Amino acid sequence: MTMDLLKGVSNCLGPLVVASGEFRGDVTVEVPKARIAEVLARLRDDPNLAYDFLVDLFGVDNLDLYEKAAKPKKKTEGEGDAAEEPKPAGPPPPRFEVIYLLLSLSTNRRLHVKVRVPEDDLSVPSVTGLWKAATWPEREVYDMFGIRFPGHPDLRRLLMWDEFPAHPLRKDYPLEGRGEERILRYE
Amino acid sequence: MEAYTGSGWLLTRLEQLVNWGRKRSPWPLPYGTACCGIEMMCALASGYDMARFGAERPSFSPRQADVLIEAGTITKKMTPILRRIYDQMAEPKWVIAMGACACSGGVFRTYSTLQGIDHVIPVDVYVPGCPPRPEGLLFALLKIMDKIDMEHPLRGEISSLVEGK
Repeated sequence: MTMDLLKGVSNCLGPLVVASGEFRGDVTVEVPKARIAEVLARLRDDPNLAYDFLVDLFGVDNLDLYEKAAKPKKKTEGEGDAAEEPKPAGPPPPRFEVIYLLLSLSTNRRLHVKVRVPEDDLSVPSVTGLWKAATWPEREVYDMFGIRFPGHPDLRRLLMWDEFPAHPLRKDYPLEGRGEERILRYE
Repeated sequence: MEAYTGSGWLLTRLEQLVNWGRKRSPWPLPYGTACCGIEMMCALASGYDMARFGAERPSFSPRQADVLIEAGTITKKMTPILRRIYDQMAEPKWVIAMGACACSGGVFRTYSTLQGIDHVIPVDVYVPGCPPRPEGLLFALLKIMDKIDMEHPLRGEISSLVEGK
């Protein structure tokens, strides 16, 4: 069944699929960052796939993989977990990922759509035009990772306060913070 | 306080009278932000019935409350709100830090959590536990009452009257 699904998605998207994978029945496709809105619109409007529901949208910081790839001489044992990550040959993978979890309410099938976000270009086109449900998750990803979403109607921090100076879910941010405090000022 | 039988006289010191009044009506301000809030509701409701001790009316306005029961985790984002609510309470006021999170941050030793509300406001009684049982909160309220008994609410007033300030 997953092969059928992957075939259908490939037919729908054509050359937009950069890479694809399957893990325990969950299909993942990777697409170019700049065309994510077009990809999701096609997946939503395709009558056979009909991925009409955006379950979630979140960021990933692959700092470990990124640094390992940047320094290939330092080889460590026991990279069993990294095996499921498709490793494209050539330049090191971009540090961040944004992953969209889609669900089709009519066929009850799911799909993960992944875009990779390099550290020097932290922006992904917003999909709030397709699903209004994307507004808060996109704000959360902006808050936690610093990835911007051009086209978002109101891109403010969601969880931390507005003056918070860092993006705390990045892996190089310490768990206990850097001593940021929110101060009360009376007018 | 001494009661004389017969003609209905009651002799006491004014300070004791004031303390007696304050002690018998510590209106709580429930500030439940996490699971401790559920235990606090339990302590306020009929099963444990905190009204027995004079905490008759949970006041949802800080201006009419005496005891701030801070039950739950306080994030750093919420810190100014807690401080403002404390500042809005009229004197005299007391604070109960209920649960591990309010006392010390608890398990949440992270960038987003205040490591104990005593960084922001003065605390009178700390209640340990995660969450504490309702009995723990009732015990804290009794401790507040003991503390009220030991106070001298008129001492500053009288001396300033004598000195004509």
